[in-house]
Amino acid sequence: MSMINYASREINCKLVYYGPGLGGKTTNLEHVYQKVAPGSRGKMISLATETERTLFFDFLPVDLGTIRGFKTRFHLYTVPGQVYYNASRKLILKGVDGVVFVADSQIDRMEANIEAMQNLYDNMSEHGYDLTTIPFVIQYNKRDLPNAAPINDLQASLNPGWPVEEPSKMRPMPDPQHEGEFLIQQIEGQWIERVGYYEAVALNGEGVFDTLKALSKLVIKNLG
Amino acid sequence: MTGASSWSFGEDDSRQITAILDEFLAQSSARTALIVDKAGQMVATVGETPTFDSTAFASLTAADFSANDQLAKMIGEAEFGSLFHQGEQESLYLADIAGRVILVVLFDTRTTLGLVKLRVKATVGSLNQVFTEMLNKDAPQAPRVETDFVDDAEDEIDRLFGG
Ligand SMILES: Nc1nc2c(ncn2[C@@H]2O[C@H](COP(=O)(O)OP(=O)(O)OP(=O)(O)O)[C@@H](O)[C@H]2O)c(=O)[nH]1
Ligand SMILES: [Mg+2]
Repeated sequence: MSMINYASREINCKLVYYGPGLGGKTTNLEHVYQKVAPGSRGKMISLATETERTLFFDFLPVDLGTIRGFKTRFHLYTVPGQVYYNASRKLILKGVDGVVFVADSQIDRMEANIEAMQNLYDNMSEHGYDLTTIPFVIQYNKRDLPNAAPINDLQASLNPGWPVEEPSKMRPMPDPQHEGEFLIQQIEGQWIERVGYYEAVALNGEGVFDTLKALSKLVIKNLG
Repeated sequence: MTGASSWSFGEDDSRQITAILDEFLAQSSARTALIVDKAGQMVATVGETPTFDSTAFASLTAADFSANDQLAKMIGEAEFGSLFHQGEQESLYLADIAGRVILVVLFDTRTTLGLVKLRVKATVGSLNQVFTEMLNKDAPQAPRVETDFVDDAEDEIDRLFGG
C-alpha cells in the first residue's frame, strides 16, 4: 500500500523482511544501515529483547532522493521470527509493498523455514493480500555454514512455484540471476512461476544488497 | 496492481485537513497535530514543527496503535478508538480516523487532557468525513507514476545499492 502524497510530493514504500527466528533478518538491516551513505538513511529503530531477538520490529528508512519531483523512500521492516510472536508479526505486514523471505540455509532449520513460509502466506491472506501477485523474493542466508542445505533442496521446499493463470504470462522467462534456470517455465504441461532467489551471507554483507536491489526494483515497477 | 491497496493524498485533501487541524490547535492550545497512515507513514504535520525524527515517530505510532487495537479485541472491545500517553511535560493523544489513519496530538502543560479531548471530538468527526470521502474517491483505481519515474528510480536504486 504505497502512499503517494501529492501534497508533500512523497512516495513511501514498505518492504518487509520475513522468515524464521535467527535466520538473519535483523543482520540484513544492520548491514544496509552500515553501508548505505549516512545521508541516504535515517535512524534504525530496533524493538528487541535483552538477548537481541526482535520483539516487535526493526525499522530503517532509506532515501532514494527526489525522483521526478517526488521524494522517494523505502521503509525497511523486519518481523520477529519466533513462532509465538505471531500477533506482532502480522501487524507489521499491514500496508506491505514487497516481501523478502530470509531463509536459514542450515539443514536443521528446514522445518522452521517451511513453517515460516506457510505463516507468511496465512498472514498475508488474512490482510487480504495475495503473495503470488505482490513483489516477493527469497534470500537463502547463511551460505557460509558447513551444514547449509543444497540450493536445489531449498528451492524444492520453499520455492516450488505456483501455476500461472494469466495466458499472457505463459512463456518461458529466464532467471536473470541464474543461468539455465527459469522464473516461468512449463513443467509436465503446466506453466509454473517461481520467485527470484538470492544466496547470502548476511553476517559479512554478501548478497544483502543484491536482494534489496531486486525487491526494490520490483516494488518500483509495480507503481508504474 | 498489488493485493494491497494504494492510495494518494492530494493538495486539496491536504488543504482541507490543514484547515481542520489549524482550527483544532487554536481551540485546544495543543502544539502539534500529525496524521499518520496505519502502515507507518507520515501523511501531514500541522502546528509547531516537531524536533524529533518524524519518520521514526510515524512508524512507532502505527505500531503502538495497532498493538493496542489487538489488545482491545482480546478483551472483547471492537477498538479503543483513542489512546493517551501522559508525560511530565509532553503528552500524546491518538485517535483513529476512518479506520485508515491516526490523528496524533502532541500537547504540553499549556493545556489539559480535558480540553484536548473536548475539542478533539468535533475534529475527529470532520476528519472522518474528509478521509472517508477521499478513500472512496481513490478506490476504483490505484495511483500510478509515469514510466520515466520508474526508469529514473531504477537508476537511483543501482547507484544507492550498488549497480
Ligand atoms: N554464520 C552466519 N551467521 C549469521 C548470518 N546471518 C546472520 N547470522 C547470525 O545469526 C544470528 C541471528 O541473526 P538475526 O539477524 O538476529 O536473526 P533474525 O532473523 O533477526 O532473528 P529474530 O529477530 O529472532 O527473528 C546472529 O547471531 C547473526 O550474527 C550468516 O550469513 N552466516
Ligand atoms: Mg531480528
